[in-house]
This record gives sequence, C-alpha cells and structure tokens, in this order.
Amino acid sequence: MKYTVEIVGVSLAAFLALVGAALSQDSLFQAHMWVLFFALAGGAVLLLRRHSFLPAPATPARSSVHAEVEYMDGPIRYGVIATMFWAVVGLVVGVLIAAQLAWPQLNLEPWFTFGRVRPVHTSAVVFAFGGNALLATSFWVVQRTSHARLWGGNLAWFVFWGYQLFILLAASGYVLGITQSREYAEPEWYVDILLTVVWVAYLAVFLGTILRRKEPHIYVANWFYLAFIVTVAMLHVVNNMSMPVSFLGTKSYSAFSGVQDALTQWWYGHNAVGFFLTAGFLGIMYYFVPKQANRPIYSYRLSIIHFWALIFLYIWAGPHHLHYTALPDWAQTLGMVFSIMLWMPSWGGMINGLMTLSGAWDKLRTDPIIQMMVIAIAFYGMATFEGPVMSIKAVNSLSHYTDWTVGHVHSGALGWVGLISFAALYYMAPRLWGRAKLYSTRLVSIHVWTATLGIVIYAASMWVSGIMQGLMWREYDDQGFLVYSFAETVAAMYPYYVMRAFGGFLYLIGALIMAYNLYMTIRGHVREEAPVGGSLPALKPAE
Amino acid sequence: MDYESMRHFADSWALLALFLFFIGVVIFAFRPGSKKHADRASQIPFKED
Repeated sequence: MKYTVEIVGVSLAAFLALVGAALSQDSLFQAHMWVLFFALAGGAVLLLRRHSFLPAPATPARSSVHAEVEYMDGPIRYGVIATMFWAVVGLVVGVLIAAQLAWPQLNLEPWFTFGRVRPVHTSAVVFAFGGNALLATSFWVVQRTSHARLWGGNLAWFVFWGYQLFILLAASGYVLGITQSREYAEPEWYVDILLTVVWVAYLAVFLGTILRRKEPHIYVANWFYLAFIVTVAMLHVVNNMSMPVSFLGTKSYSAFSGVQDALTQWWYGHNAVGFFLTAGFLGIMYYFVPKQANRPIYSYRLSIIHFWALIFLYIWAGPHHLHYTALPDWAQTLGMVFSIMLWMPSWGGMINGLMTLSGAWDKLRTDPIIQMMVIAIAFYGMATFEGPVMSIKAVNSLSHYTDWTVGHVHSGALGWVGLISFAALYYMAPRLWGRAKLYSTRLVSIHVWTATLGIVIYAASMWVSGIMQGLMWREYDDQGFLVYSFAETVAAMYPYYVMRAFGGFLYLIGALIMAYNLYMTIRGHVREEAPVGGSLPALKPAE
Repeated sequence: MDYESMRHFADSWALLALFLFFIGVVIFAFRPGSKKHADRASQIPFKED
C-alpha cells in the first residue's frame, strides 16, 4: 500500500506539535504537546513501516461483472477491538473512583485524585467505549442496509484514528489537570477543534455512503445514527464556543456567562445523553435486535413515530438539570414538561424493541445474546421511566445532587448503553473475522448474569444512598436548624459506597470475560461445550 | 431582531409549525397503503450480509 499523503500529513502535524511544545505559554500545554508529538511521531513511523517503496503494480482492470459490493470492514474490526479496550479501561477507572469515594486514601496526588480521574471515567465510558461502539456499528449498519461501500476511501480510517487521538488527548489532559470544567465536555479548545474536524469527516463518510445507496429506502437505524451525528456536531460546536487566552496555551474562556452559560452546558449535557447515548444506540437496537432474533422490527411505522417524537422532544429537556437555580421559572417548567412527554417515544421504542421477539420468546432460553438485548431494552425502559419522574420539580428537590442521580445514570449507561453495545459486538465479531461462531456461548451467558447482577446492586444501593442523603440534607429540627452536618451525610453513605464499588466490580468482571471471549473468537478457537438451555430431547418414533 | 421578538416568534408560529410538521409525520406514517411499504422497509436488514 502507498501512504505518501498520510505520511507527509502526520509528520507535518508531529512537527507542528513539536513547535507547539517549544513555544508553549504554559507547562501544561507543553506537556500536552509532547503527548501529541509522540503519538503522531509513532503513527508516522508505523505508516512508514507499512509503506511499500516498490513501484505500484499495474492495477488489474476491474471486471464489469463485479456487481457484488465489497464492504469496507477494516475500520469496523479496529473499532470492535477499540470498543472492547476502552470499555475495560473506562470500567477499571470507574471502579477506582467508586473505591476512592469509599476509601479516600486511594486519592493519589496529584494525577489520580477523584477530581481528575472522574472525567477520565465519564469520557472513557461515554466517548471512548460508547463512541467507538457507535463508530463501528454505524459503519457496519450503513453499509449493509444501503448495500454500498463506505464513501471516501481512507477517510473512514482518518475518522477512526482521529477519534482515538481525541480520546488520548482528552484523557491525558484530565490527568495533567487540563479542563474547561464543562461536564462531559472537559477538553480544552484545541482538543475540541480536533474533534470537530474528525466529526465532520465522520458525517461525510456516513452521509456519502447513504447518498450512494442501492436501496431506495433509508432504513430507520440510519435515521437514528444520522440524527446522532448531526446533533452531536451542533451541540459540540455551540457548547465549546470560547476564546483561548493564547493560541499556544491551554486556558480559554467561554463565550457565555452566568445562567446562559449554565443553560448552554445542560442543553449540551442532556442532549449528549439524548442523542449520543440514546439515539445512536437506538440505531444499534433497530438493526441488531431484528438480525439476532431473525425477525423484522415489530412495527416499522412505530419506529418512524419513535424517531420524530424523540428528536422533537429531547432537545428541550436540558433545563431540568437546573431546577431551583437562577434559570427563569418558565424555562425550568418547560424542561420538566418536555422530559415528562419523553415518556411516550421512549416507551414506544422500548415496546417496539421488545415486541420484535413476539412469537420467538423461546430464543430467550437458548440465546444469551438475545437475553442481553432484552435486558438492555428493559433497562432502557426503566431508565426512561425514572428520568421523567426525577425531572418533576417536587421529586427533583429531593433527588438533585444526590446519589440517586448517579444510580439513574448508571442504570441507563450500564444497563442500556453497555449491554446493547456488548450484544452488537458479540453479533459482529465472528462475522468480521470470518468465524463460524463465538468461542463460547456459555461465557456470554455468564457475562449477562454477572453484568445484570452488578447493575442491580449498583442501582439499588444508589437509590437507598441517594434518598437517604436527600432526606438528611433537608431535615430540620423544631428550632429550624439543620439536623445533620454535611460530613455526617457522607459518613452515613459509606456502606452504600462499598456496595456500589462491588456492583461496578461485577460489571467489570463481565466485561473482562467478554474480552477473553472475543480474543479467542478472533484467534479462531471454538470451545467444546453443551448448548445453552440444554439439548432438545431426542425424538423417539411412535410405537 | 431582539430577544423578546425572537422568543415570541419561537413560542407561537415556530411552535405551531413544528407541531403541524409532527402531525403530518404521524398522518404520513399511518396513511392508507403505508403498511405494505413499511413491511418492505422492515425487511431491508435481511436482504444481504
């Protein structure tokens, strides 16, 4: 292969990173530019080693009878491995910060304190694990439902590697202490610009593939993926509008101030949940659940209503993160009302996913991947039921700022996003590497139950902890004084912190079992084992 | 256009337009004869691998 343009481009970028390190205005920018330099220089060396310096062989003329579409699966294979890798990293960091809350001695200064590692956890699970799962599955789905190869040639590789570079810079920046302190959007201005470039390329690849589809209709999963890509682009650009102090320094100031800044952040923050963690993963549901169950979606027309209702309502729900703040009352109420209306599309989608199995419920007994999908959709239903309840102002006055919110987020993230992604990976892995089946279906079953038990322990301990915390904060005595000091509420939560860490640990164990299973699948091994659900009793002829 | 007029436009005409669009989507999705088209669309993932 020839990589002339790529080698020149990456080397030039590495040189610019070196110049950035030399002329930096602060030590953090300098450290970050060194990270960037070594990553890019390493990339350039790798490209050079793979580059063929021989004259290009004459390309064989493609026969015109070559009608069969050849899908571009290379970036998807890398994406599956990256998804698994970042899932384990993100979960390990999650267990670490859960343990830090229970045992504060684990805060290792200065790099591994809770304040720095927490964004590493959120970004690693949402953007690295979830983002790579969406990249890989969207490239898989859009090719197979459009019957077209990915548009743009090597642009898909740029999207994949550019996105990994974004993750590397984001995570290393957090540990160093570089943050613009906007939740789920902590990277500073220069990393934001990198992500914008990568994202535009992603949109071009996805849209280009749709535009050259051979299938007249655009399958509904692609609508959800497209809504995810377009909306995240809009959210990312608006939320990160800022002015850097120096073009060779880390610090920047937001274009907004005061309550406008807060609203912009939560307009972004909640729609990151709505369009990144919901719309994108609904795209996964609408393709992979029918494929694994081998049945079409329960109601295609319902999926269209689901799509439009979801994107029309979600975008307004953000203000419920700012109840009882300086945000005008009408805006708070608007956020609450739209959050409650979201019940309808969410449950419509959940019913659509679950009912796809109607007439094939027996598969639940024998197919752990279907079990995983059903549990994921059930958690989607539960989390989207709990969310609107918590957005009601009266409930929010108890739940806000407590562990209840943390539990809610994790039943959605671990239950819905995590499990539906794992299921899609289990579906794709044998097919991507040309294996007849997974290394072990029994290990999938163990993964399902370890993960589910972990989520239940996590969510239940956070409900108890959060409600207790909220009630302790608001308890007055007959003199009108607060009964508990803040430190007393923290001490009371200790047992629940330990339980939560254990629940997260179980979920991590499940992911490690999966990583082993995928590794053995890719290596081409098949485990000898009895089928899940037992074998059918041998039929005897009638006497 | 100042903030007030934009806000009043947003909560009147823009709201009405979006709402009508949504009603249109629902009517379009459930129009007579759409079932056949929807059933065909739902088979797309099974056509090729």
